[in-house]
Amino acid sequence: MLQCATDPAAQLGKKVAVVDYVEPSPRGTRWGLGGTCVNVGCIPKKLMHQAALLGDRIRDAPHYGWEVPQQVPHDWRKMAEAVQNHVKSLNWGHRVQLQDRKVKYFNIKASFVNEHVVCGVTKGGKETLLSAEHIVIATGGRPRYPTNIEGALEHGITSDDIFWLKESPGKTLVVGASYVALECAGFLTGLSLDTTVMMRSIPLRGFDQQMSSLVTEHMASHGTQFLRGCTPSRVKKLPDGQLQVTWKDLASGREDMGTFDTVLWAIGRVPETRSLNLEKAGVNTNPNTHKILVDAQEATSVPHIYAIGDAAEGRPELTPTATMAGRLLAQRLCGQSSDLMDYDNVPTTVFTPLEYGCVGLSEEEAVARHGEEHVEVYHAFYKPLEFTVAERDSSQCYIKMVCLREPPQLVLGLHFLGPNAGEVTQGFALGIKCGASYTQVMRTVGIHPTCAEEVAKLRITKRSGLEPTVTGC
Amino acid sequence: MRSSPPGRRARPWFPGISCTSAEAREELRRRLLGLIEDNRVMIFSKSYCPHSTRVKELFSSLGVEYNILELDQVDDGASVQEVLSEITNQITVPNVFVNKVHMGGCDRTFQAHQSGLLQKLLQKESAYDYDLIVIGGGSGGLACAQEAAILGKKVMVLDFVVPSPQGTSWGLGGTCVNVGCVPKKLMHQAALLGQALSDSRKFGWEYNQQAKHNWETMTEAIQNHIGSLNWSYRVSLREKAVAYVNSYGEFVEHHKIKATNRKGQETCYTAAKFVIATGERPRYLGIQGDKEYCITSDDLFSLPYCPGKTLVVGASYVALECAGFLAGIGLDVTVMVRSVLLRGFDQEMAEKVGSYMEQHGIKFLRKFIPVMVQQLEKGLPGKLKVVAKSTEGPETMEGVYNTVLLAIGRDSCTRKIGLEKIGVKINEKTGKIPVNDVEQTNVPYVYAVGDVLEGKLELTPVAIQAGKLLARRLFGDHLEKCDYINVPTTVFTPLEYGCCGLSEEKAIEVYKKENLEVYHTFFWPLEWTVAGRDNNTCYAKIICNKFNNNRVIGFHILGPNAGEVTQGFAVAMKCGLTKQLLDDTIGIHPTCGEVFTTLEITKSSGLDISQKGC
Repeated sequence: MLQCATDPAAQLGKKVAVVDYVEPSPRGTRWGLGGTCVNVGCIPKKLMHQAALLGDRIRDAPHYGWEVPQQVPHDWRKMAEAVQNHVKSLNWGHRVQLQDRKVKYFNIKASFVNEHVVCGVTKGGKETLLSAEHIVIATGGRPRYPTNIEGALEHGITSDDIFWLKESPGKTLVVGASYVALECAGFLTGLSLDTTVMMRSIPLRGFDQQMSSLVTEHMASHGTQFLRGCTPSRVKKLPDGQLQVTWKDLASGREDMGTFDTVLWAIGRVPETRSLNLEKAGVNTNPNTHKILVDAQEATSVPHIYAIGDAAEGRPELTPTATMAGRLLAQRLCGQSSDLMDYDNVPTTVFTPLEYGCVGLSEEEAVARHGEEHVEVYHAFYKPLEFTVAERDSSQCYIKMVCLREPPQLVLGLHFLGPNAGEVTQGFALGIKCGASYTQVMRTVGIHPTCAEEVAKLRITKRSGLEPTVTGC
Repeated sequence: MRSSPPGRRARPWFPGISCTSAEAREELRRRLLGLIEDNRVMIFSKSYCPHSTRVKELFSSLGVEYNILELDQVDDGASVQEVLSEITNQITVPNVFVNKVHMGGCDRTFQAHQSGLLQKLLQKESAYDYDLIVIGGGSGGLACAQEAAILGKKVMVLDFVVPSPQGTSWGLGGTCVNVGCVPKKLMHQAALLGQALSDSRKFGWEYNQQAKHNWETMTEAIQNHIGSLNWSYRVSLREKAVAYVNSYGEFVEHHKIKATNRKGQETCYTAAKFVIATGERPRYLGIQGDKEYCITSDDLFSLPYCPGKTLVVGASYVALECAGFLAGIGLDVTVMVRSVLLRGFDQEMAEKVGSYMEQHGIKFLRKFIPVMVQQLEKGLPGKLKVVAKSTEGPETMEGVYNTVLLAIGRDSCTRKIGLEKIGVKINEKTGKIPVNDVEQTNVPYVYAVGDVLEGKLELTPVAIQAGKLLARRLFGDHLEKCDYINVPTTVFTPLEYGCCGLSEEKAIEVYKKENLEVYHTFFWPLEWTVAGRDNNTCYAKIICNKFNNNRVIGFHILGPNAGEVTQGFAVAMKCGLTKQLLDDTIGIHPTCGEVFTTLEITKSSGLDISQKGC
């Protein structure tokens, strides 16, 4: 959103306003300018992930000669304060940037009056009317609460709250199997908290399922507990303040119970479109998902109203995607270029304790599109050099490259599970964008010793049935 | 039968080579000798020549495989014929060789068949003990040996580690595994963990302020890992039935090598082909006290005691990496530099690497060279006095250190392996071996890979790739050559530096400044924000050729995990990466790598690239 606003204002002298308002979460958490990523998404989660990784490093350190105590306690308050301070500095940075680029900023909650006019309401209830030639909807999404579970809303929190907690969440039940659920459970475990993930069916729906199960397998070996095939039915607050959760095992139908300090819902997100009065402007949404229907130009059913980011139907819910879509839209609106956003081959990384980076097609999707006989999958289990001395288990460090079978074997997808997966994946995303083939990847010399070089050494096909374990150097 | 398929398109037999220069002619000559050497029966012929056809029919009737080069079907056939006539004094085709012996034309071949000479020459085939002997069991040599064995050849590896002047020696696997990449990356990791420990307090972990480091614990753990790698190499050679001999190899005559073991026992072996993969060893200064008291990277990684206050001499990547991790584990480190840092690398990046090290407590003495090292006290470590003089004037200085580590360069191990006995040329100045683009020396049956090569990159993965492809060309049906262009690499200094393609200096030299656009920026890794580390330190730069679609010809990153970041971009550069493609690719948020998808500021604009807070 901000990208969409600042570019044209600064570069082309357009008159631009940003209307932003954060409706407090049911628990009362609120935050500043910058949206989900900065306040309750990527930024705080990667920092808390980093805190958890540092816990692993403290355990590695003695193997490398550092004399540190074996049990190092973690202080949630200190971490949270540091993370929150950083987020606040980013909020401030965004404010300054808008000012510098002469974008008018309104901290009001907006809804449509008609197709050119929106009405904004301040916290105090004061109304402002704004009219514009073009309107971009970038309201994003918010975490979903379950509707039919007693006590869910009263006693549960979501990712909107977790990063702003002043006190440690303690023993936590994370409900859901989205990347948000697994990332949160991962860093909570890493911060030495007793953490359980309850999921109804499969982890990381939409991602490559072999990779997804390796991700959860690693988490389980790393100390996260899993309750699979279960759904919660009731959350009750006990007199001592603990939460008693009742759940049902779907296979056996048996009910079970446990107590937790915190219950975190991470069962999905809903787009923030319902309070916008879209019908007054004539903007159509998908009645099931409530997302706004858009075309390749990001235009809605009303040609001068656009939607980008998580609120738009069929778009990957990723910050850099929204940023780029926003920038390209701004350039088109200003007549600077006619480039459209390319939503294919968007790389992403799940920051679970063992990170999972991917770009392009999952194995399932490649097989579905091209047929199994036309797909060749190269794969390897590998051991990061740093794991050896630290005596860390590398059972789930795994790489998979999905290619067309016919030479030169165009790369369709890359999946990397291991340390620094995000850093590793970025460059390969470029390679795939350049139309890299398996042959070209193999002709690239590795950087020794790194994990990324294992990608350039993939030799074993799944079809061969050979053991995909890298031995030696 | 490896004969040429009929009716194929005319093409230059050696693409890119015209026989105009003496150099090109020499190259063609070498290739022809290689063909003669490599094939049991080699026939140079013309597809329409009836005499040639008769000769081919003769060998077919004998059931003997032969290789043919049809001079009328290659563009440079005339040049080939000229060079052949220089070699054989025979102008006409067919021109036949059997087991490297020049047979002659059609008539001479049929005469030899009648006299029985032909059969005798054909039988001579398995005269050698091995198909291939590889001298040197490092990354390149082992890759080549194993690949040849996989292709069904009888292969021997000779590997012998001459102890360093300090008496350090090690097992199978060469420099990378024993005294290079592997232990240095692990010690670098130890240093990074030190940084992680101090960061971790900012992220809420609670423990005492000062963590102490124990050198012996680290070294023992690393040496154990190396031991397991040595062992796995042994096992892997055995599994592939490669003969491994722990002896020092020296050529004594053509196709024959003498192997001397630790006890001084000598055995001779012969082979059809040889690969030299002896690598390099650290250079000494040649000043008073250097071999007696100084150590090198050959000794450091297995040093049984903490080196203490250390002077690192040199500015190579080895020097800076060692200085970096020694300082990172808490030692007092000084680097003495004669002239520039990281010669050959992008100098802007090199200076940034150096200044980060300097900000993190490493002292640099620029433009000085040591002239004498004296022992003040024995001990583990002892005390050494170093006298150095300025490279610019009469000024001298003295310092006292526990350890002096020399990292001023490396010398090829090519002068004591009997190369002169069989006439393999080396560059007398550098000791390096010049080879053509198929890693062949001037002696056709002798090849070389790895750090001994002249003008090639001294990197493990390059040696592995070259060794493997060489074996496939020699013994398989592959033609693929090792591509030494756009090889990525990373220097594991405290702040890692990854690069691929050209340095800015080299790009300007090749393409001229006005044809280039350089995009750059500082960036602040998210993990550094909370940790309170500097925001204008990590740096990304790409160099684009404006007149080739803004193709990226140089990629440079200074930041955490630079190696992991650089690898994928190297693949992209292989596939023709352009600035537009970088702009079109979506970043992975929040990572360091994503900075390359949002580069906006050109160097020529002179705009400010500093990060203001966030």
